[in-house]
Amino acid sequence: MGEILDFIIAKSNYWSYVVLMMIGLYAMISRQNYVRKIIGMSIFQTAVILFYVSTAVKEKAVIPIIAHGHGEEANAAIEASQYINPLPHVLMLTAIVVGVATLGVALSLAIRVYQKYGTLEENEINDMIREQ
Amino acid sequence: MNWQIDLITLLLVIICGIGAISVKDLLGASILLGAYSFLMCVLWAVMGAVDVAFTEATVGAGVSTVICVAAVFQTTRRAKN
Repeated sequence: MGEILDFIIAKSNYWSYVVLMMIGLYAMISRQNYVRKIIGMSIFQTAVILFYVSTAVKEKAVIPIIAHGHGEEANAAIEASQYINPLPHVLMLTAIVVGVATLGVALSLAIRVYQKYGTLEENEINDMIREQ
Repeated sequence: MNWQIDLITLLLVIICGIGAISVKDLLGASILLGAYSFLMCVLWAVMGAVDVAFTEATVGAGVSTVICVAAVFQTTRRAKN
């Protein structure tokens, strides 16, 4: 029992990454409402970002800002294992901004669909398209 | 990384995610998405990614909530399932 609990706690970020990804995928597949689908897409994106940021975490490391970066001590040697890896952070910074842009475009398309069909439910819109 | 705060925040994030896709009212779903984004921001501050936490707090929790609420007011609040 203790070993299983240790295993789950040690990898808790990755377990919840999988859970959140499945929540987003389920919302995108099963929900008929477009706004719900878009919210599911946003959750999916955030889950991927959680995975990438979790790979950067180190034990007993500080945030990646060099303490004495100026002046005479600036040339001192840097131990890379003392700092959290900043590369996934920078990549995911871009991903967050792109995610918000995607959300805005998707919601504006949903508003346009609502103006044309008067509903946001996918099955009703499919019926209307078939009748035409 | 403080694993107690990490575990509690992960639990709250998952609860907010499930709530955002299952609540009937679409305005409530938008607000729950904002709460989800803000809890994610806390999670990234705990993990040491302060720049990502800043960006998430402004862009993710701020702008995307405003966009979602505006879209819900432009369309409809009711969702059938």
